[in-house]
Amino acid sequence: MNQKEFLETVLPFKDKVYRLAKRLLVSSDEAEDATQELYFKLWKNKSKIERYDNVEAYAMMMTKNYCLDQLKSKRASNLTLVHSNYKDDNTSLQSDVEYRDGASIIKRMMNDLPEKQRMIVQLRDVENYEYHEIAEIMGMEPTAIRVALSRARKALREKFIKKQNYGIS
Amino acid sequence: MESVKIEKLLEKYYEAETSLEEEKMLKDYFSKDEVPAHLSEYKELFSYFNESSLETSTRSIELSKRTIALRWLSVAAMVVFFVSVYGLYVQNEAEKEEARLAYAETQKALELISKSLNKGTVAIAQLDNFNKGTNAMAELQNFENAQSKVFVVE
Repeated sequence: MNQKEFLETVLPFKDKVYRLAKRLLVSSDEAEDATQELYFKLWKNKSKIERYDNVEAYAMMMTKNYCLDQLKSKRASNLTLVHSNYKDDNTSLQSDVEYRDGASIIKRMMNDLPEKQRMIVQLRDVENYEYHEIAEIMGMEPTAIRVALSRARKALREKFIKKQNYGIS
Repeated sequence: MESVKIEKLLEKYYEAETSLEEEKMLKDYFSKDEVPAHLSEYKELFSYFNESSLETSTRSIELSKRTIALRWLSVAAMVVFFVSVYGLYVQNEAEKEEARLAYAETQKALELISKSLNKGTVAIAQLDNFNKGTNAMAELQNFENAQSKVFVVE
């Protein structure tokens, strides 16, 4: 596989990789870095790519793993510095100023979801993947995907309705 | 009429039982302007999903640059390695050569010393002969002494 063939195979889903990375890492700068890093990894493993019949799902799985690793190492280095209570106060204070419109509120609520649920909502409701594809990416059973998705969607609704009724918390 | 259908779909949606087509119907429905008041909160949710799916990465992927840079870096590293190994080898050889020269010089000097020493030894050996001569002469003296005594008695 030469470079041109490789790029023809992997570039069509670059934005999906970027969006999943951003969903997990939140900052768009870090998401761009992660995308670059991931494509470099894919390029190094290009012999493996030829063996996968669903390259996109493989790339999305790599993205998921890479971003989770990033988060883990970030958390490990922040552990001594950030007190969880302190952090919570900080973000809700910020939210009063920054998150006024609905889209930003939903974005923040998405970020409050556990990572697994966040990824599944992203893959289904934003990227419109089929359940078997999500199962492949997440390395989970399709039924488990449905359970987690239903839970995440309901959590989003509950939080959103609360916000609508009482204003921004 | 339609809002009843939508409510049914929403129910399925929250149980994660909708197909992708049905979810597309929901998204299309909520992207319209006129949505009943009791469903308005879903409008924002579905339009958020739509918006999110339009976000794109703005940086271009730099594959070749990085690989080329990496390749040149490895070539440079190899060159540095071989040059330093060759340098060490050359230095080592030079040191050996120097040691060889020093050895030869020392050998020469030692040879010179041993030659001079040998000369000395030869001289000392001759001195021995001289001593023998002196001794013999001393004997001759004794003989003369004895002879004169004999002649005096007669």
